[in-house]
Amino acid sequence: METIIFLTFILVLSIFLGFELISKVPSTLHTPLMSGSNAISGITIVGALISAGTGQDQFTVVLGTLAVIFATINVVGGYLVTDRMLEMFGTKKQKSEVSVQKSGNNSG
Amino acid sequence: MSTNSSGFIIELSYIAAAVLFIIGMKMLSSQATARRGNLLSSLGMLIAVIVTLCSAGMDYRFIVIGLVIGSLIGAVAARAVAMTAMPEMVALFNGFGGIASLLVGWAEFHEHQNLLGAGTLIPIFVAVLIGGITFTGSLVAYGKLAEMISGKPILFTGQKVINAMLLLVVIAAGAVFSAGGDVTRMYQVFMVVVVVSMILGVLTVIPIGGADMPVVISLLNSYSGLAACAAGFVILNKVLIVSGSLVGASGIILTKIMCKAMNRSLRNVLFSGFGAGVSKKSEGLTGEVKPISVDDAYLILEAASSVVITPGYGMAVAQAQHVVRELGDLLEKNGCEVRYAIHPVAGRMPGHMNVLLAEANVAYEQLFEPDGVNPTMNMVDVCIVIGANDVVNPAARDDESSPIYGMPIINVDHARTVFVLKRSMAPGFAGIDNPLFFNENTRMLFGDAKASVSGIVAQFKE
Repeated sequence: METIIFLTFILVLSIFLGFELISKVPSTLHTPLMSGSNAISGITIVGALISAGTGQDQFTVVLGTLAVIFATINVVGGYLVTDRMLEMFGTKKQKSEVSVQKSGNNSG
Repeated sequence: MSTNSSGFIIELSYIAAAVLFIIGMKMLSSQATARRGNLLSSLGMLIAVIVTLCSAGMDYRFIVIGLVIGSLIGAVAARAVAMTAMPEMVALFNGFGGIASLLVGWAEFHEHQNLLGAGTLIPIFVAVLIGGITFTGSLVAYGKLAEMISGKPILFTGQKVINAMLLLVVIAAGAVFSAGGDVTRMYQVFMVVVVVSMILGVLTVIPIGGADMPVVISLLNSYSGLAACAAGFVILNKVLIVSGSLVGASGIILTKIMCKAMNRSLRNVLFSGFGAGVSKKSEGLTGEVKPISVDDAYLILEAASSVVITPGYGMAVAQAQHVVRELGDLLEKNGCEVRYAIHPVAGRMPGHMNVLLAEANVAYEQLFEPDGVNPTMNMVDVCIVIGANDVVNPAARDDESSPIYGMPIINVDHARTVFVLKRSMAPGFAGIDNPLFFNENTRMLFGDAKASVSGIVAQFKE
């Protein structure tokens, strides 16, 4: 019971923290913020790993492994896609630098 | 709680991971730091995974299989997806997070069954319920966005009653389940929860129209966080609770921003099947539609010294973002000031248009929110509306009887001349007529947006 109260305490504080963190995001960044936070929600992978790795019953391991697959897609896909998007969100100066680098790298 | 030293190190590492998530999310809210923020957040995830793998008594055989399969699918999907298909990709990833939380809850229940107390059974129920709704809800959103199923609201009689009854059933089942007792009965009730929550996910998203998808995606994003949070209570893991609730909170804030940008309540978005009922033809709209040719459009743009480009979902459909940027560059070379005005709900997910224009290499400083361009709109020579409709509809500002009255819009009609690039005179997604098309200063450039803009670009190059 004490553990539950302790965890609930953490829950409430984190929710407030979340509200404070995100309250001022320019709308330009809404998509990366969403897909980036979506990747974070893949943290459930921790639970999936525990089930797949410590399950005594075979079916538990099956469920856990499936959970690992889905959560990993969420995590890996989410972070990569967010990075791909943010790479494009440059200022003019950064963009010309990037294009210079790219043309420079063409030979290699 | 474990008191030995390895347990202590694990707990410390989880704290480090949580801190990296928090800093990462903070940095995601500014353009200059966003990319590094995402990197830090992924580092946090890596730490959490490695630390979990290092905990005692792990059998790695199936974990490795799961990690490899998941990483391959995730990496390939993330690389292959076109920027125009980003909304459905995000929806899909989101759904996978939801089903993972459901499976974690299920696995924990299956492993321990009647040894569990209410303190664990209730979180299992919540994780399964929210995870299931997130999963099938996201799949339906994916289907709508990828146009595998109709983007129109799907309504049937008794829909609300059925939803309410299913909700009651699932809550009752949850109560019986959490009370514990006979294992066979518990398992039966548990399966009821699994199935009903998945049905609920489908039923809550099908009545929502494509134009409302930015709200739905943000909300489902929030749900996936809450499901992870519930899974955290199941396995008593703090890092799941912290990061899950961070995501839950951020999703709710985005949902609120989207609702505000449409001047509608969340309730209204979720339950009204907006657009399905609006079939009344407004008779008040009279006036002449003035079409314009590509040649004439070029002549006017060539003389303009200030241009605002307002894209909408139609630009994504026509894949016109690259040629639009080319036009913008040519106009700038011609000594014209070019700005892009983007409505928060233009497109099918929050910030959809920004992503497309960024992909086409439009500089961040040229992208403006409605408030950034509206005050100076009467100084603008030409406003080019590309595939946007409801977000530039003056009825939202002037016509109290309009269903979208009160929604903040981009005041394109205040520019000296407005070009509207459109396939035909069909009304927009919400099915509302747009008086903008009949205005004195509006010129309609009919046809495929990409072809029209390419035509103008070709003229500039001559």
